[in-house]
Amino acid sequence: MHPIPPGTRDVLPDEMRELRRLHLAMIEVFESRGYGEVSTPAIEYDAVLARGDGRTADSAYRFFDERGDLLALRSDMTIPIARLVASRYAGAEQPLRLCYLANAFRAVRPQRGQMREFAQAGVELIGAPAPDGTAEIVEVLEATLDAAGLDRAVIGLGDADLYRQLLNELGIEGEARDSILDRLAAHDLVGLEVELSALDGIGDEQVATCIALSQLRGGKEVLDEARSLGGAAVERATARLGETFEALEARGVADRVQIDLGLLRDLGYYSGAILEVYDPALGHVLGGGGRYDELLERFGVNLPAAGFALYLERVHVAQMEEESVGGGAR
Amino acid sequence: MSVAGMGQARGEGPLRLAVPRGALLGETLDALDAIGIDTSEVRGESRSLIFETEGLTLVTMRPSDVPTYVEAGAADVGITGKDVLLEQHDRVVYELLDLRFGRCRMVLAGRKGDQRLGESQRRLGMMRIATKYPRTAERHFEQTGRQVEVIDVKGSVELAPLIGLADGIVDLVATGRTLEENDLEVREEILECTARFVANRVAHKLRAREVDGLTGKLREGLAR
Repeated sequence: MHPIPPGTRDVLPDEMRELRRLHLAMIEVFESRGYGEVSTPAIEYDAVLARGDGRTADSAYRFFDERGDLLALRSDMTIPIARLVASRYAGAEQPLRLCYLANAFRAVRPQRGQMREFAQAGVELIGAPAPDGTAEIVEVLEATLDAAGLDRAVIGLGDADLYRQLLNELGIEGEARDSILDRLAAHDLVGLEVELSALDGIGDEQVATCIALSQLRGGKEVLDEARSLGGAAVERATARLGETFEALEARGVADRVQIDLGLLRDLGYYSGAILEVYDPALGHVLGGGGRYDELLERFGVNLPAAGFALYLERVHVAQMEEESVGGGAR
Repeated sequence: MSVAGMGQARGEGPLRLAVPRGALLGETLDALDAIGIDTSEVRGESRSLIFETEGLTLVTMRPSDVPTYVEAGAADVGITGKDVLLEQHDRVVYELLDLRFGRCRMVLAGRKGDQRLGESQRRLGMMRIATKYPRTAERHFEQTGRQVEVIDVKGSVELAPLIGLADGIVDLVATGRTLEENDLEVREEILECTARFVANRVAHKLRAREVDGLTGKLREGLAR
């Protein structure tokens, strides 16, 4: 046998046929809503990716070219598209609507639906601010899920700035702050309680608030529950979420959206609204996205932006699982 | 009970709770009894692995398999030891509650009156440590700035220093009797472990009410 690297795989015709059908259905949704498909190189200069996000652009796969420049395999498409917009669309009419289906690379533990080389299908909406730009993204996302046959899928809506601002408000900085954000992202509530309690100047009530906040998820009513926990950071985040939710209602796409104050994305470029996609037939997240209003500025153009990406292979797994649920339990 | 329709696909029916067999089983079942879940069938002689109770499906498995099942969503929630979670820290599960039972310590132990740990460290630059928790052990020694050769063993780890496979062991200790019987003693405490209640990431979002309800009842059970 001739091996291939761990986390990569060959795709044979039966699967390829289904993936292609899925891909075409998604791209058709994107194109019908005015999103033009783009393609960018799989390899970029490491320094360019790092400009987008110092931490996660820490690509798992880096190497030198013949001139000694450091190259990296991209770990998502948002940063390459930010670069593309800044260099190819300077001064273009806004908003810009772009979409892609592309492979990206991450050093994950390989398992079904999670390989180190994986395909993402997504859109980027550049130059459309919150909340309406966010609502448009959610609308496209829902249409995409419908086109894939995942009509039970749910979209989680959270706020990327909530905990950064809350921890500022509590005066938690530096390493302690990073560590607590990591605990929150991992939903390690036991560790979170231990670490928060150990900090000077943090009382039991603040610990309880932080934990309770991270567990608030559901309909619009959770915004009131959050507000009752108090604090300026919570007030601002719930105001932003409330505006976004109203914009979703105005477009009639709020039904499948779950407000989630415990949501954190591990990518550093998000700000404001963040999204995650779940299907009851699959234990893993199908994809995600959100606003990245400050990312384009790092490439020299100051434009608000938002987008989402779905993991093509996971959507495919969920499709198959939904079919078996449909044939059995329902 | 029907096993049909028990594939990976979920989203309907009662929540599935992964229950650890072995040392944690008794106290896990006690905790479930305390919140009104009938565990008599699990306690019986049955060889079944899956038990239906009122509003909850109990799935019994090795504690070290709990994160695997919960991460994949084959079980929605589960109970296992912190030692298991630390050893498999790259498995994505939400750790919702410290259940406070099954308390034990992860320790570094060596033979009584034996200087091999120190000698190896000083003269050879690294200790040889046998353990069933290679990643936890490696992390501990890395954080404390010492070089070790970690030897991964599956069976009775106490054997390793007795017949010269390793200078010491990293293992879980509840009462300390096994160490005592094998002429070993605790040299360092690494951490304390208890049972934890964990949830699958998607189940935590999509079945929020049920997961929160169970978490709340377990928390109240602890307070009693």
